[in-house]
Amino acid sequence: MSAASLFFALLFYFATVVLVAGVAAKVYEFARTPAPLKIPTTPAPTTTFGVVLRMAREIAFFESLFKSNLWIWVFGWAFHFALLLVLLRHLRYFTEPVWAWVVWIQPFGMYAGFAMAGAAACLWARRFLVERIRYISTPSDHLMIALLLGIAASGLMMKFVTRTDIVAVKAFFLGLMRFDWQALPADAPLYVHLTLVAGLMIVFPFSKLLHAPGVFFSPTRNQVDDPREHRHLAPWAARLDA
Amino acid sequence: MAAPEFAVPVLEEFPAVPALQPGAMAHNKPFVASAPLNGALGFPGELPEDWQPRAIAHMGELLHKYRSLRVFLDSCVHCGACTDKCHYFLGTGDPKNMPVARQDLLRSVYRRYFTLPGKLFPALVGARDLTREVLDDWFRYFNECSECRRCSVFCPYGIDTAEITMAAREILDSVGVGHKYVNEIIGKVHKIGNNLGLPGPALHNTVEGLEEDMKDETGEDVRMPVDEAGAEVLLVTPSADFFAEPHVYSLIGYAKVFHAAGIRWTLSTTASEAGNFGMFIGNYEQLHKVAGRIRQAALELGVKRVVVGECGHAWRVAYSFWNTLNGVGAGGDDHYAQLLQKQLDPRYKQPSHICEVTWDLIRRGALTLDKEANDHRVVTFHDSCNVARASRMGDVPGGQFEIPRAIIRAVANHFVEMAPGTTHEQTFCCGGGGGLLSDELIELRVKGAMPRMAALKNVVDQHGVNFMAMICAICKAQFTKVFPYYGFKMGMVGGVHQLVSDAIRLGAKQ
Repeated sequence: MSAASLFFALLFYFATVVLVAGVAAKVYEFARTPAPLKIPTTPAPTTTFGVVLRMAREIAFFESLFKSNLWIWVFGWAFHFALLLVLLRHLRYFTEPVWAWVVWIQPFGMYAGFAMAGAAACLWARRFLVERIRYISTPSDHLMIALLLGIAASGLMMKFVTRTDIVAVKAFFLGLMRFDWQALPADAPLYVHLTLVAGLMIVFPFSKLLHAPGVFFSPTRNQVDDPREHRHLAPWAARLDA
Repeated sequence: MAAPEFAVPVLEEFPAVPALQPGAMAHNKPFVASAPLNGALGFPGELPEDWQPRAIAHMGELLHKYRSLRVFLDSCVHCGACTDKCHYFLGTGDPKNMPVARQDLLRSVYRRYFTLPGKLFPALVGARDLTREVLDDWFRYFNECSECRRCSVFCPYGIDTAEITMAAREILDSVGVGHKYVNEIIGKVHKIGNNLGLPGPALHNTVEGLEEDMKDETGEDVRMPVDEAGAEVLLVTPSADFFAEPHVYSLIGYAKVFHAAGIRWTLSTTASEAGNFGMFIGNYEQLHKVAGRIRQAALELGVKRVVVGECGHAWRVAYSFWNTLNGVGAGGDDHYAQLLQKQLDPRYKQPSHICEVTWDLIRRGALTLDKEANDHRVVTFHDSCNVARASRMGDVPGGQFEIPRAIIRAVANHFVEMAPGTTHEQTFCCGGGGGLLSDELIELRVKGAMPRMAALKNVVDQHGVNFMAMICAICKAQFTKVFPYYGFKMGMVGGVHQLVSDAIRLGAKQ
């Protein structure tokens, strides 16, 4: 096995550990920190089921963003939906046999790659063209979009320009999962693609990508509007009642 | 009115999002609280030598106490959805008044001291050391946020800048940099019982005068009882209602409603303030202590119901927080809550808003109303931010919008809505909320009122609106002050129960 194969094998083990442990630690931290007061942004649902629906609309359709700004919504929603399709399409490289529905979505996932790149480019353009968003953008905001765009571009490159030995790539990843290491094809776009993906996995728990788990813990969205019916008390706050 | 020392915004039919004017409001800042004012609340008198580590340590504490703070500081992606939503940004063009930029004043410090990338690569992720300059920026720009939550409506993660502002003010107070106006008011509540520092005897005098006025006006003995044990209802209302105009007209309205319905009610000298500025500075202990006075009064007077008068942030505290803070509510199974909740009548929502009480009576036909009495008015309704986005009335979501409007329609013939996007959950703050109602902030207050004033001007021009009704003491005080800057008459500002007061007919049914 080549040094490069070994490097990527170790890199992906490392990236996976960082991603899983990092996000788990953050989620644990979010979950364990109390929300001492009822602060749903109202009008808010008065039942738990209502909150589930509100959250579902927020996650699936970006309801609040839609109210705010149509352009950010169009690009943002397109980007995330495309990313979802692309991720689901990639399941074929990690499963054997490949599930039927994953086979079925392959063409959608492929073209979603273009949508993902296009939407990311539009979101990036906003960071230059809209004065207000230019003002709030940090270098890491630009780098993050560059990273995502690079992942999409290198992926599309392998699919449509310089084809990679995808059967070998799949063998490599199945090998990683089964601790039966296989060689990775020596291929520049593939190396770029995998390096960027591993980079994304590693920065995830330390960056604004935490918005993904964060939204589920947002008290303004996930609280039931029932403060008059139920006494809501955090342990640290209860001590003041004594 | 003396000519202002700043340019009053010109009202456009469709106000445009302003171009950025960095530093446009950097000169604006509130007076710093004196050592005695801070000391009375248990805060350091002035900035201590070791303020920086103390401030950072305090931020760490808050991160463990408030999930909102932790999640909101971690989740922002700088998408820009909130950038054009703040009335202070729209009115001033100062980029630090964009909600995300305001949050970033705190977030940059959080990143520096509490996140790995901020510790390793501060410039890359926009992390900053907590310097004196940063602290001064906090004092300025976290006192240019009225905690109105409009940005939180539009954020895809529900990030509420009010939570960030409260945390920042709490940290500022913890190192002795308090806002004079706010800390002075909280001190007055502890010492005297209300924000305005109105002592018990003065309260008695005031209500006696009002009783005489009502006798002259209606011929009826409408009472305004104070500290009457055994009353059914304890009314807790903002102290401005006792003598500020137009607030007092609403107080008269509440009294007439209780009188007409035959409900025995009382005010309390202990709980002579519905407002709770503890919320504005994000200090839970102050919030708890101020709310405790209402609990004490309810227990002492043995009332069955607690009703809250027209006050926006007070209704947020009462509706959303009282059950947590002082047990006015239901469903508590601990001793502290049970002590009070066993006394309160479970058939009523605890607490109730005065609008819920009045609307319930109107619906049941218990009030005689003469709508023609308000025929000289064309009324519009200003949704107050804390009522709109941080509370509810009635049984269904959105009742906080429908119930006040239903009352207005029941007592007046001419009602006009302002443009969508400026009312209901998207309502614009009056510009003076969140503890910013102090004189030295007048430029901010005038400019921050611009979006509301523009929406109002449209209905004034198109429909001849001459009365803007509202249910918030701060809104009333703010608008009576800033209306003249925009060429509107102060008398156009009034309470919903002022309209009720003018329409209600007491005595025998006609």
